[in-house]
This record gives sequence, C-alpha cells and structure tokens, in this order.
Amino acid sequence: MIEMNDVWKTYKNGIKAINGIDVKINKGEFVYIVGPSGAGKSTFMRMMYREEKPTSGKIIINGKDVGKMKNKNVPKLRRDIGVVFQDFKLLPKLTVYENVAFALEVIEENKTVIRKRVMDVLSLVNLKNKARFLPDELSGGEQQRVSIARAIVNNPVILLTDEPTGNLDPDTAWEIMNLLDEINNRGTTVLMATHNKDIVNSFRKRVIAIEDGLISRDEARGEYGYED
Amino acid sequence: MKIKTFGRHSKEAFKNIGRNGWMSFASISAVTVTLLLVGVFLTLVLNLNAFGDQLEEDVEIRTFIDLTAEKEQQDELKAKIENISEVESVTFQSKEEGLDNLIDNLGDQGEVFESLKDENPLSDEFVVKTSDPQDINRVADQIKQFEYVENVEFGQETVNRLFKVLEISRNVGLGLVIGLLFTAMFLISNTIKLTIVARRTEIEIMKLVGATNWFIRWPFLIEGVLIGIFGALIPIGVLIYGYYFLTDLISTRYPTFFIDLLPVTPFVYQLAALLVVLGVIIGVWGSLTSMRKFLKV
Repeated sequence: MIEMNDVWKTYKNGIKAINGIDVKINKGEFVYIVGPSGAGKSTFMRMMYREEKPTSGKIIINGKDVGKMKNKNVPKLRRDIGVVFQDFKLLPKLTVYENVAFALEVIEENKTVIRKRVMDVLSLVNLKNKARFLPDELSGGEQQRVSIARAIVNNPVILLTDEPTGNLDPDTAWEIMNLLDEINNRGTTVLMATHNKDIVNSFRKRVIAIEDGLISRDEARGEYGYED
Repeated sequence: MKIKTFGRHSKEAFKNIGRNGWMSFASISAVTVTLLLVGVFLTLVLNLNAFGDQLEEDVEIRTFIDLTAEKEQQDELKAKIENISEVESVTFQSKEEGLDNLIDNLGDQGEVFESLKDENPLSDEFVVKTSDPQDINRVADQIKQFEYVENVEFGQETVNRLFKVLEISRNVGLGLVIGLLFTAMFLISNTIKLTIVARRTEIEIMKLVGATNWFIRWPFLIEGVLIGIFGALIPIGVLIYGYYFLTDLISTRYPTFFIDLLPVTPFVYQLAALLVVLGVIIGVWGSLTSMRKFLKV
C-alpha cells in the first residue's frame, strides 16, 4: 500500500527534512507518526500525496511511483488519498453539506452520486442533522468531523491526518479517535501524525517515531515514548 | 469539457469579478481606455494608409511637349518614353483636354479660365505612369534628356514628405498602444491575483481532493476573458457611432473633402471584431501571467 525505499528530502533552502527512510505500511493498518516538532513528520506525509517530491529514493503508493509521477497524474493519486488537518480548512461560506459535496463537485462527479455519498458520509460522522449549518455554527469537534467527512467522501484507500486532535479538548479528541477507528475498520489505511500522548498510549496501534528525518522506532503496538 | 462544467466555471468567474468589484472595475477601465485608443489609432492609420495608397496610385510624370514639335516628333518621343522599361503607360493629353480638366477641377472658380479657350496657354503633354512609384525619380530624369521635352513635373517630394509623416505617427502610435496593452494586461493579472489570494483555501482543497489543474484554472481564465470583453464594449460602441457620424458629416457637409474615408461597412465591423479579439488576448494573457505566478498548478 505505502512503501518508501531510502527516501531523502532536502528543501531548496538547505533544510534536510528526511534523511533516508525505509518503511512499509500495509492495507488496513492504523499507524501513529510521532516525534518532536520539526522532525519531519509533516514532510513524510506530504510526500505521499505529492505535495513534496522526494530528493531521492522511491515512494510507492498503491503500486504507483509517486516521485516519478507526471504532474498531470497527481490529481488521480490524490483521489485515492484523503487528507485531514489540525485547522480543518473548511470553506466558511459553504454549509456542512456543501463543504463535503465540494470535494466531489470539483472532480466532476454527477449530482445524484454526490447527494447519496454526502448523506452517507454525514451519517457516518453523525452530522446529518447539521447538514445546513455553516462551519462557524459548529463546535471544534464537529468541524473536524466535517473535514474528515470531506476527506473520505470519495472513498480513498488512504487517510492521512495531521494532528487531527491538536485543536480539540480531550473528550472531543476521543470522539474523533473513535471515528477514525471506525473508518479504519472499514478497510481504509489510516496514518495519524500526533503529539497526543494519552491517545497513543491508551489506543494502542503501530507507532512510527521520526527524529531528525529518520525512523528511530517502529513498534507494532507502541507507546508515545516522549515526555512533552 | 462538459457544458455543465463550463457553466460552473463561468459562474465562478462572474463571482470572482463581483468579489473584487473595484479592482475588476479598474482592469475593465484600463482595457476600455486602451482599446479606445487602439481603435482611434487604427482608424486613423488605416485611413491614412488607404489615402497613401491612393496617392501612390496617382503619382504620375507630366511631360510637357515643346510647342515646336510636330505630330511625327511627338510620336517619336512617345515611343522613346514607352521604351523605358519602368514605364507602365503613356497617355497623350492635348492642351484642350488639359484646360478642360483644369476648369473641371477648380469647380466654380474654374469658370474664369473659360475665356482662355481661344488662346490656350498650356502645352500638349504625355502623362507617364511607372509600374512602381519608387522609380519615378529615375524615369523623370531620363525623360528630361529627350528632345522636344519642355519640362517634366511630378509630385514626388510632397508624396515623400507625407509618407514620412505617416510613418512617424504610425510608430509613435504603435509604441503608445503597446505600452497601454501592457498596462491593461498588468492590471488584469493583478485583479486575478487578488481573486486567487481570496480563494486560497478553496484552491488548496481543490488540489487536495484531486481536482485537475485545468478545472482549477478555467474560472480564472474565463475571468480574464470576461474582463477583456467587457472592456471592449464601450470602445466598440464609441467607434462604430463615431465613425458613422464622421463619415456622414464629411459626406453631407464637406462633399469636396480631399480624403475619401474607408466605407463604414465592413470597416467598423472588422474593427469591432479586432477590438474584441484584442480584449480577449489581453485578458487571457493577464490571467495566464497571474496563474503561473500564484496558482502553481
């Protein structure tokens, strides 16, 4: 599903973000990406959906070499990958329904399919009754659920989440974790970059620790392992 | 592209224009001013060009024949002139015809010359045309050498001076227009840059969920085209009406005006089409510039 062979990434300004990473993540796994800020977690994930190109090495997503992929094929790759951010990135003037539907409209899906898929995914994230609300009228946890709904409405095989609980209180964070777990149980591979020690330690999954652009630890049912 | 998709892109483009109302207004005004000047300038240049062609056409050498020449010698002279390779035609004009022409050309004032008919002061002449107006100097010099040639006359210097003036005004105008085109283009690209900045998150999400690059570009391209077309509307109206008015004025009030303007149709329609095309080109060019810089798709 996801495979990296000796991947390096040096930014144009000289910063070495990734310094030779080898990793393999199978279909259906749930993986935490942990490590100090600036250690390369975000770069690691951004390379998967070709927001960044590796300087050298091979990244295979879903059987395709992402590093060598032509620009015109990138949109196709991204339709297989859902991405969720700490700050939700919802469009403030669109309703919950419209925000989720937007992801399908811009890939020119037809209206009936959009309607059905959006309603399905809104009931999965338990926001069907708030479909007409604007993002401002929702709590942080609800907004994050909308952004997750938008990320998975296209049935991607991989869901990348960058600090999805970063802006949320502990109870709400758990809500999001349960949702991600449910999505994972349906067969989607989920990667979650996080600083949330409690969640990692109590909701045990595979943990990949990245430090100084290298994988320092990779444990099947690991712990957070940092004091911060 | 599906029609529905095109509809969506156009709707987005209109929204973008509305969202940055003042900036859109500024770009449309810039296009308007530019195209108005381009239109006026083109009208002038094209008319002057037509006038110039007309003049070139009319350039001829008038060869006045010595009064002492008999019919035989006149024929001999005609043959010699016709032998010059650059000469296209040689027409004989008797002094009587010359006087008639003069009287006709002067209109009312020509009547005073009627009394000269009994004692015609003019000479018989050959009207010589060259195949290329550029050769006229050389041919005239040659003819001057022939026997029984009293004098040669041609308007070359006037024509040359006129062409020089035409050329200078054309170049100055062209420089001005190119400068204006760049300004308009720059303003459009700036307007679209604002739109792109205003829709940053939207574009980011479109990219993330896998919208194609062209899907993202189209609304901005259409926005540029629309600004170009809106900018062309006023200049087209002004030019069509203005040109119609001008030709009408000249033909009714000054029927003897020495320049024939190009006929209203198809000229104004060609000009209108050209202005729309120019507007669209500036618009597309402006949006491409801002997309390359700010959209990175």
